[in-house]
Amino acid sequence: MTSYPTTWRRPPQIFTDRRWRIALQIGALVYLVFALGTLDVNWARIADGAERGLRFVAGFLQPDFTSRWRDISIGLVESLTMTLTATVVGVAISVPIGIGAARNITPRWVYMVCRSIIAVSRSLQEIIVAIFFVAMFGFGPFAGFLTLVFGTIGFLSKLLAEDIEDIDESQAEAVRSTGASWLQLINYAIQPQVMPRLIGLSLYRLDINFRESAVIGIVGAGGIGATLNTAIDRYEYDSAGAILLIIIGLVLVAEYSSSYLRKFLQ
Amino acid sequence: MLELTSLTKVYKTGDKALNDVSFTVPKGQIVGLIGPSGAGKSTLIRCINRLVEPTSGSIKLGGRELTRLSSGELRAQRRRIGMIFQEFALVERLTVMENVLSGRLGYVSFWQSLTRRFPPADIQRAYRLLDRVGLMSHADKRADALSGGQRQRVGIARALAQEPELLLVDEPTASLDPKTSRQIMRLLVEICAEDGLPAIVNIHDVPLAQQFMQRIIGLQSGRVVFDGPPEALTTEALTTIYGAEDWNAMKNDAAEDVAAEADAVRRMAAISA
Repeated sequence: MTSYPTTWRRPPQIFTDRRWRIALQIGALVYLVFALGTLDVNWARIADGAERGLRFVAGFLQPDFTSRWRDISIGLVESLTMTLTATVVGVAISVPIGIGAARNITPRWVYMVCRSIIAVSRSLQEIIVAIFFVAMFGFGPFAGFLTLVFGTIGFLSKLLAEDIEDIDESQAEAVRSTGASWLQLINYAIQPQVMPRLIGLSLYRLDINFRESAVIGIVGAGGIGATLNTAIDRYEYDSAGAILLIIIGLVLVAEYSSSYLRKFLQ
Repeated sequence: MLELTSLTKVYKTGDKALNDVSFTVPKGQIVGLIGPSGAGKSTLIRCINRLVEPTSGSIKLGGRELTRLSSGELRAQRRRIGMIFQEFALVERLTVMENVLSGRLGYVSFWQSLTRRFPPADIQRAYRLLDRVGLMSHADKRADALSGGQRQRVGIARALAQEPELLLVDEPTASLDPKTSRQIMRLLVEICAEDGLPAIVNIHDVPLAQQFMQRIIGLQSGRVVFDGPPEALTTEALTTIYGAEDWNAMKNDAAEDVAAEADAVRRMAAISA
């Protein structure tokens, strides 16, 4: 019994030749060194910035909620309004698109159309979309609202479609065999299976939209982001710190309440 | 009456699942469909209500041709065929009542079904069927709160809610223990006898089929190789259907089942004595 080996190593799975592995490792290292060499680092500027960064941190440690409270509260209300309306409208549009993008229940051409809508929505980052909408509709929360709706569609439709494609097919088959129409099939076999997840995803998107609203405000789409941008431009780091703390607080609240709600709904 | 004439199904992959299958099922007859896995039992059953599209051949239910229907006509014809599934295929997050009422979907409008406002007669029938299968008190429970045997009873009630002219039953007992299997088979046979309902039952448990079926059809790689009463199902016949080795293995399994059950009964008796 002592003749069995006492060590075992997992054999290499992809590059079985030892020389190849060494060559690849050396190659990666050489590339990393050269790539780092091309970065043009201005150390003097970093030293300057460090001082500003310290002031920023100091502002964070002594946040000033009061002196700009009017601006902050207006920005907050704007952001929350934008977030909530955009999520509701976005979910309402995402559901039919998501159903259309599920391969197992829709004809091929509908699937292609819905998938391309999703692809367009997903390939454009929110900030780019926001810049575009600000140019079209002017500064303010309406551009932000449209941006968030646009982002929600790509996110929610895709995940909903994937969820519908993963349903238990036998339940759908059973409902189909009763002579149910397509709409009845959706209502009786698909909806009960995907509903908890759809609600969970919508709540998650609500909290993404709130964070996103802070970012797109910076390019002029209104909300708390605009307030934050102004505060930073004026070097009022204490107010900026206050705004960031409020954002963190609200995201935390959204996080806990949505996970509680999801547990409750399951 | 159901008439199949040279029904053939070739899958896209080239597999010939059904090869020139013809038989007739008169009113009130319960037919057991046996055969090894891959013989085409599931395909045959699903061709009849066109969950699977047959390649050629004809299917007639009460004189009405079921192949080559428009989608609207197909739905109207599917209402006439109730189906009972192996893994019960209940919609788990709906209540028992909704599952039974879903048997009426082919008869009501989308708005009626969306708002769950079914006609009073449908609701009455659903309650009567739940009572018939012994689940009256479970109507408001969610389907996933029931045990296997109870779920299959809901499946039966759902199929009967369609007021079908034919029952298709796909391995009704494959996910149940031997005792519950017998109870479910007995219930099915009783219900078919009460309503004079013809049924095709896919079943891999040969002793169970022999016990409950009036007629057995044996399939082997898509062809009918046996068609007759259960008494005619001799060892030779079973060997043609299953191949010698498989059949012997199955027979031994069944014998073990029976022995185990008898043993359990003896022990229970010993405990209570």
